[in-house]
Amino acid sequence: MHHLEVRNLASAYGPLKVLEDVSLTLAKGEVMALIGPSGSGKSTVLRVLMGLTRPVSGTVLIDGEAIDYGKPASIRAARDRMAIVFQQYNLFQNMDVMRNVTIAPVKIKGRVRAEVEKEAARLLEKVGLADKHRAYPEQLSGGQQQRVAIARALALKPEILLLDEVTSALDPELVNEVLDTVRALAAEGMTMLIVSHEMAFVREVASKVVMMDKGQVIEEGPPKQIFDAPRTERAREFVSKILRH
Amino acid sequence: MERIIQQIPRFFAPGHVSLLLDAASTTLALTIIGCVSGFLLAFLIVLLRQTPGLWALPLRLLGIAYVEIFRRIPFLVVTYLVLFFIQAFASNASLFTIAVVAICIYATAYTAEIIRGGFESVARQQVEAATVMNFSRWHTLTSIIIPQSWPVILPPAVAFAVGFIKDTALVSQVGVFELTFRGKELNNEGFSGILVFGTIALIYFAISYPLSRLGAWLEIRLASSRSQKPRERLRAA
Amino acid sequence: MNYTFQFGVAFAQLPELLKGAIVTFELGLLTFWGASLIGLLGASLKTFGGPVLRGVANAYVIFFTNTPALIQIYFLYFGLPEFGIRWENFTCVLIGLTLNAGGYMTEIMRAGFLSVHKTEMEAAETLGMSLLQQIRFVIVPHIAKTIYPALANFFIVILVMGTSIGAVIGIDELTGTAINISTENYRWIEMFVVVAGIYVVVTFVASLSLALFGRWAFRVKAKVF
Repeated sequence: MHHLEVRNLASAYGPLKVLEDVSLTLAKGEVMALIGPSGSGKSTVLRVLMGLTRPVSGTVLIDGEAIDYGKPASIRAARDRMAIVFQQYNLFQNMDVMRNVTIAPVKIKGRVRAEVEKEAARLLEKVGLADKHRAYPEQLSGGQQQRVAIARALALKPEILLLDEVTSALDPELVNEVLDTVRALAAEGMTMLIVSHEMAFVREVASKVVMMDKGQVIEEGPPKQIFDAPRTERAREFVSKILRH
Repeated sequence: MERIIQQIPRFFAPGHVSLLLDAASTTLALTIIGCVSGFLLAFLIVLLRQTPGLWALPLRLLGIAYVEIFRRIPFLVVTYLVLFFIQAFASNASLFTIAVVAICIYATAYTAEIIRGGFESVARQQVEAATVMNFSRWHTLTSIIIPQSWPVILPPAVAFAVGFIKDTALVSQVGVFELTFRGKELNNEGFSGILVFGTIALIYFAISYPLSRLGAWLEIRLASSRSQKPRERLRAA
Repeated sequence: MNYTFQFGVAFAQLPELLKGAIVTFELGLLTFWGASLIGLLGASLKTFGGPVLRGVANAYVIFFTNTPALIQIYFLYFGLPEFGIRWENFTCVLIGLTLNAGGYMTEIMRAGFLSVHKTEMEAAETLGMSLLQQIRFVIVPHIAKTIYPALANFFIVILVMGTSIGAVIGIDELTGTAINISTENYRWIEMFVVVAGIYVVVTFVASLSLALFGRWAFRVKAKVF
């Protein structure tokens, strides 16, 4: 049984089809990367999974259990098992780092504050921000904010972590500190679904790459196949374009 | 002119001064109680207006209708309506209470628009981040939206209340013993209109002007505390 | 709890009330134009005047926006006769409201003046425009577009808040007419509910027309709601 399975997912924005017949499977501990040109629907897949965009049709299963995106309780259950990190970090501007990381476990999951804070301190140390507990998001660089956002997602103890272009908003010199954090998570065996434009990074860290275009999956396989010997015409075109850069 | 000068010692007799100070505090109390309670009720109206779901459509319409209707009726008419309704259905309310209710009804409609604007100034992504962590609507409101929007809400809300100090003059029409009412009374007793209403105008000014400066200062302070947040540059992907 | 509503009585007075509504509209319109002229003058003084003229304009704005319009009208109505100046009720209300609104209007207009950028003027100059042409084709359209929403909104404020004050010294505008009729027929609640309804309709029609006009004339999106 697959850990996460997406079957024939479709989504639309008004009359505009954003996703069409997207199917994916992800095993426990696997790192899958979604790549493709801007507007190909990669981020929408993550938004649908998290219940931010309603799918038109299709099924999402976690451990064989279908999520009903029409039912708030079912969406809440799904959000208990998956966490997402956004391109723009979206840290709560009115809270310091520690509170950003602890608020959901304490207030929403009702766990004991002292225990959560101890865990949060460990997570912040792991992402290299042990000295920033009391800093506010506005006082941090983009790279630091994104690492806090990752710690915040991990504090929810998700089974699957979704990363939505986590380095796209960062200045070039800050990209690596965030990628290092993601590398470490991959090495620990975290199950991840990554949307990224960093091809070298994808090649290194992903076990499976899915290429999308115009809302559809056009090819999927191990990184070696996708980057070195793409089988479809459209995939070849995209790969040659990104490799020219 | 001579008559005015002659009247000055008698007009500023201790009895009159304390009468006017009393009246000024009534004016201030009316404004504060009315506007603060209106501000709190306005939160309810905004919440009504933002309740999602088809079943809440009547609630949303009610919220919209309330704001749209009461912002289009003169305060004087609202005051008369409150007076007559309360007298017809609950006859023993004091005139002060009636005036406070009228101010509250009016302030609710105006500050609801201010609060709604403040809530809408919170970035959509902040709410999404809360949503994916399973925040309830209530938690999102109290932990994210209100703390982030109050610097936007507070200055215009204070400005509204300060501006309303002057509008409370109209409740003199239903006989509340506030500044304007006392002024008319003294004028009726034979004191010069120039002297009386000049003095009353100065008292209003002495209350309103410092508070409006305070409001302007608050706005600048809160605005600068917000703009200090550096926005991360968006790079084209 | 045994009050019986008789709205029929109030609706029977609709013709009288509509006459009052017309007075309301006249008073609002006159006040608006008078205040606009004062505002234009005040904003010009504040923007281009020397220290003395600026000071005068400032003092005017600060004083008139920090005291009640009603007291300003009482001053004219009860105070001026002591100097032998006796104006009609309507004149007192019109002048009082105009002076009051002029203070707010000065601030609105000044915001418009400040929104004209020097670069635009220079661009107009390099196009070979004369000063008059610059004013006609660059400055006025720019200011009009910038302040139109604020002006439209302020017109409604005058129409609603402002003119009803007239009732206090016996002007037969909408609110005053309602008071007059109610003192005779004692149907206060019904009369004032109907009057409130008329205000809602009149201001809604006014907002809507102003928004449509603004869209047509300046391509501004003035909000109706």
